Amino acid sequence: MSGSEARPPGHGSGVDPAGGLTTEAQRRIRDLIALYPRTRSALIPALHVAQEQHGWLTPGVMTEVAALLGLEPAEVYGTASFYDMLFTHPVGRYLVSVCTNLACMLNGGEELLEHASQQLGVAPGGTTADGNFTLEEVECIAFCGAAPCLAVNWRFFGNLSHDDFDRLTEDLAAGRLADEVPTHGTLSRVRREVGLPGVDAIVTATAAANGSANATVGAGAGADPPGSSGPGARP
Amino acid sequence: MSVTDAAPIVTRRVGLANSWDLGTSLANDGYQGLRKALSVGPEAVATEVMAANLLGRGGAGFEAGKKWSMLRKADPVYLVVNGDESEPCTFKDHMLLEADPHQIVEGTAIAAFAVGATRAFIFVRGEFALGIERMTAAVNDAYRHGALGRDIFGSGYNLDIVIHPGAGAYICGEETALLESLEGKRGYPRDKPPWFPAVMGLYGAPTVVNNVETVSNLAWIVTNGGAAFAALGQGRSTGTRIFSLSGHVRRPGNYEVEMAKTTFADLIFDPRLGGGIRDGNDLKAFVPGGASAPWFGPDHLEMALDQDAVGRAGSMLGSGSVVVMDHTACMVKATWRITRFFHRESCGQCTPCREGGGWLDKILRRILEGGGRESDLDLLLDVCDNIAPGLGWPPQKTTICVLGPSIPSSITSAIKMFRSEFMAYIDAAQGSATNGSATNGSSTNGTATNGTVSSSGAINFSTANPAVGPAKGGEAR
Repeated sequence: MSGSEARPPGHGSGVDPAGGLTTEAQRRIRDLIALYPRTRSALIPALHVAQEQHGWLTPGVMTEVAALLGLEPAEVYGTASFYDMLFTHPVGRYLVSVCTNLACMLNGGEELLEHASQQLGVAPGGTTADGNFTLEEVECIAFCGAAPCLAVNWRFFGNLSHDDFDRLTEDLAAGRLADEVPTHGTLSRVRREVGLPGVDAIVTATAAANGSANATVGAGAGADPPGSSGPGARP
Repeated sequence: MSVTDAAPIVTRRVGLANSWDLGTSLANDGYQGLRKALSVGPEAVATEVMAANLLGRGGAGFEAGKKWSMLRKADPVYLVVNGDESEPCTFKDHMLLEADPHQIVEGTAIAAFAVGATRAFIFVRGEFALGIERMTAAVNDAYRHGALGRDIFGSGYNLDIVIHPGAGAYICGEETALLESLEGKRGYPRDKPPWFPAVMGLYGAPTVVNNVETVSNLAWIVTNGGAAFAALGQGRSTGTRIFSLSGHVRRPGNYEVEMAKTTFADLIFDPRLGGGIRDGNDLKAFVPGGASAPWFGPDHLEMALDQDAVGRAGSMLGSGSVVVMDHTACMVKATWRITRFFHRESCGQCTPCREGGGWLDKILRRILEGGGRESDLDLLLDVCDNIAPGLGWPPQKTTICVLGPSIPSSITSAIKMFRSEFMAYIDAAQGSATNGSATNGSSTNGTATNGTVSSSGAINFSTANPAVGPAKGGEAR
């Protein structure tokens, strides 16, 4: 599959600025595929992994994800474009998502967004010239007990005064919050570590059980395949 | 009424040091419910949950035990736990996912065991990064503890749980849209029938979809018995429940209280709970159960947090979120903000929701921006009537899912309760219009024309199968 095939309709340059998926990302995506009964279920988790690469989904990266999952690039783009968190255009190092839904609106969320816009010098949807911040207005992020609130790369900050906002962006720009807020695209820093071989066993057993009229629901996984110690095996 | 002494169930470990760690969970009865479930067998678990009359905590409030019993007999069956909490001003699952992930893993395992699933998926809203990290760590630790995987606690039962991150779409909280998303597709709700998850769910297999808070109750119910749970609350509203309180209250937050024995007034004013309205202001109105719920005024304060009572009064407890608005709140603004949310989050499949939501958003914005017309309130109600014919409660459906029919709730409530506020905007606009400055709303004039066409009654959306047009979900951004 060539990169040009993957270029989503109407997409800007179509040029992948910094190369494709690392070997590590490819391995993680293969691990994700192993978790699901059907490969395509791994698509959205895989796109989150892919988004770590550049902070957004370049056409080249989407093509590689398609190849790993045995999908057409258009299927990948068509799915990704539905979801607010998957970006098909570049975004800044820090994605600042200010909520203006009801609870925040009642507590100064719109004013906070306006202040953020002035401070950063960009309208919602825009990215600062230094590439540090992309500002966006978002719907409720379920942090309403601390309204007005925002998320930076999906790490939450609440009860924010305008001064708090200024301090927050200064700290971010200076790299003082690197532990709390990973760069954009990194959703989860915790990986599934166990149970992966067992998933294969469960799939095999379920497939076998499907062929048997006497399959017992609730004990569906059956016997271990030879040589497998199984994830949940007791020491 | 007053706040009862009922001990918290699902939040009982919240606030403990490192409440998300396996060690903290184990030191506080963690996985005891699962051990007991495995020893008594799936039927006994289902019997206890039925006896508890545990109502689903996601929004629809359907009995969890009955939901399990409706599962089509087949192999495999799947359990999917809905942690895609996105109903505006609902933030309880967000807290549970971060604060007590092992309780969710344990509850998921109990539910999966009861329905005979060997694979379960916990769909966590994508924005909940910390929740996803904590849930993933909890699954890792549960495996190592022998609470997941093969031969759980030596029982012979096998289960794998996958923590599945969403990617930002309100509609994926709707269970069939969630399943589409879990299958790696755009989050389009499925037509029901035939796609009732209990019959044809994930990959076409029978699937139970339970909410995060719902499964969080299961360990307690198995340990203490369904009768003990049913002894709390009253009528069908048993047990305790988390209410997410926000808006103009002194102490916004999540509060777990006994259902039916506690009132909205308790929740909002009790010093241990909401603590009253900020700045000593007056309560003007409150949303009793999420953005989809019709509003209540001060005259409903003494109503109990009882699912059926609130339903009879013309609204719903829904997702358990209560938003308080004091006398300074602009109700036209609040209405517009909720409406714009639904417009942005419409998946675009059904015309009444996709187009109607947009018209309502634009008309309300026109009123707010000083371009309102005298006919606008009738126009709003007419468009609402096209989305949810009759404007009754619960709303009639013209669409595949309930997102569209939820849009009119705030509009009809606000016009009924605060008509004068709308008229103040409109009268001001009419006053300035005589000076020839009525062009404020010019960008939305076309909308009004479209709406007028629909008001002739010529367009009649059938409930059977609304037109499915080209997808526009992406436009929301």
